[in-house]
Amino acid sequence: MNTSLTDSAATDVQAPGRFREFWFYFSENRGAVVGMVITVLLILVALFADFIAPHSATEQYRDHFLQPPFWQEGGSTEFLLGTDAVGRDLLSRLIHGTRYSFMIGAMVVLVAASGGILLGLIAGFARGWVDTIIMRIMDVILAVPSLLLALVMVAILGPSLMNAMLAIAIVLQPHYVRLTRASVLAERTKDYVTSAKVAGAGPFRLMFVTVLPNCLAPIIVQAALSFSSAILDAAALGFLGMGAQPPTPEWGTMLSEAREFILRAWWVVTFPGLAILITVLAINLMGDGLRDALDPKLKRS
Amino acid sequence: MLSFFLRRLATFIPTFLGVTLVAFMFIRIIPGDPILLMAGERGMTDERYAELMARFGYDQPLLTQYFNYLTGIFRGDLGESFVTRKPVWDEFFTLFPATVELSLCAIFLAVIIGVPSGIAAAIHRGKFWDQALMSTALTGYSMPIFWWALLLIIFFSGILGWTPVSGRLSLMFYFENVTGFMLIDSLLSGQKGAFGSAVQHLILPTIVLATIPLAVIARQTRSAMLEVLGEDYIRTARAKGLSVFRVNGLHALRNAMIPVITVIGLSTGTLLGGAILTETIFSWPGIGKWMIESISRRDYTVIQGGLLLIATVVMLVNLVVDLLYGLINPKIRHHG
Repeated sequence: MNTSLTDSAATDVQAPGRFREFWFYFSENRGAVVGMVITVLLILVALFADFIAPHSATEQYRDHFLQPPFWQEGGSTEFLLGTDAVGRDLLSRLIHGTRYSFMIGAMVVLVAASGGILLGLIAGFARGWVDTIIMRIMDVILAVPSLLLALVMVAILGPSLMNAMLAIAIVLQPHYVRLTRASVLAERTKDYVTSAKVAGAGPFRLMFVTVLPNCLAPIIVQAALSFSSAILDAAALGFLGMGAQPPTPEWGTMLSEAREFILRAWWVVTFPGLAILITVLAINLMGDGLRDALDPKLKRS
Repeated sequence: MLSFFLRRLATFIPTFLGVTLVAFMFIRIIPGDPILLMAGERGMTDERYAELMARFGYDQPLLTQYFNYLTGIFRGDLGESFVTRKPVWDEFFTLFPATVELSLCAIFLAVIIGVPSGIAAAIHRGKFWDQALMSTALTGYSMPIFWWALLLIIFFSGILGWTPVSGRLSLMFYFENVTGFMLIDSLLSGQKGAFGSAVQHLILPTIVLATIPLAVIARQTRSAMLEVLGEDYIRTARAKGLSVFRVNGLHALRNAMIPVITVIGLSTGTLLGGAILTETIFSWPGIGKWMIESISRRDYTVIQGGLLLIATVVMLVNLVVDLLYGLINPKIRHHG
């Protein structure tokens, strides 16, 4: 595992473990560490949502419609962040929403990265017309604004969280294909690959065992970045009514339900968005730190 | 230079054909028969069905259909909307100026704030201003803009009452569409207060749409500037005793601008994507809102045509930016 974390050229045999070296650079970046701590806390919240949340995410308290947060007049500590238009506890819905966001991020990155890496490896090793066709298809996907493409795919498949995740994964995939292919092209002529080939390694061994581990640094950085954009895009789709459907406590869907109350009940609009912002910001902070620690050459635009 | 131009064009054409293929296939892979969808709940007789099949060419082989679709595109024929029965091409170009106006204002705002912020951060590297500006930029980059829009509406429209909540112009005014750009049309109309009203309506959507490009431009300017400031010729310029302003402004900025210009160009896709959210929230009558409405009422010809036209706009802008980049960058100009 450790070997995958740093660029092979950056360390020699005498150097401290690669993970320690990585941690040395990563921990220098205060923002990255803060981002990581918040991310870990949010993951814990997501895992133990059932124990932390004071109420159920879907139970409607009929006597408490649009009750403000506890510090405002009319609020009570029973519903710390107030209730929504049908009397559901906002805090509990936010806590359960964490679970959805992290599941969305993880699933999307898993699908996009595995598909993208595979296609990138094939394109980089096969070259010729296979390469051309794969890369032109990726160009087509990149030519359409990602949110629009995701929307159109959801229009075909039907609005649901599952389809939204699939659409976002397809939209994010070309970045992995390009990154993997570029590193494969840089690596495949190096001596260690030739020697593996001479030693009789088959194409699959060459792809996955010999070359892939040395291409992982930029892919890990990309994974962190697309984790946060997956959360943002899924929330945007939910907001437009094309992602998770009510009463799912997904943050974007909650915002879209809250829209009509924006001038009457600020809390139902403010908190779900704040949750999205904090989560995405924490992951991006961590992603920036990862990038600086793993690959100083990589620049983020 | 010519070979660079030709090579870039050679990747444009297959990508464009690929997009037309996607748009063509789109209407054929949606669940349900497009003709029956068009008929709605009333249904239709078998003869009428066969007549429509023939009229839209659905009874011909797929390859012929695709060829007809492709030649149609070059004649400006993208079919007509299921709902309004107007040609998709006309609808697009009626609404497009509103989106262009909003996007241009947004990119202008993003550049005039983003570029100086990036420069300031690079010059004060590691100090307070760098950290403050870059934290703000990362926050902007992480912003769910649909929420940001709602917050701005709560504050500026709800609490302060400074800006209108939606639309492009107050209902008090009416004038002919000359250019489709409200800022210009309102001036041409000569009506008192019309221009002010147009500006008021533009402010919030512009801020919302500019947020992410602004953050990206600021970050990119900073890193490009830092890279250039480390170069030998900057040290030489300093050693020659040139003023800080001359070194930073003239020598460094000019070279740092090359990657920044690319980012500005590549933001078009982001802008048009962001326009979908921004226009929906502010009821801005542009192509983003048009696409969302078409998707929710299953107006498939509009979705198909809109997808193709928007992708083409993004590809054309990227092509122009790439060619400009080739013109500006001596490395490509001489060796391309």
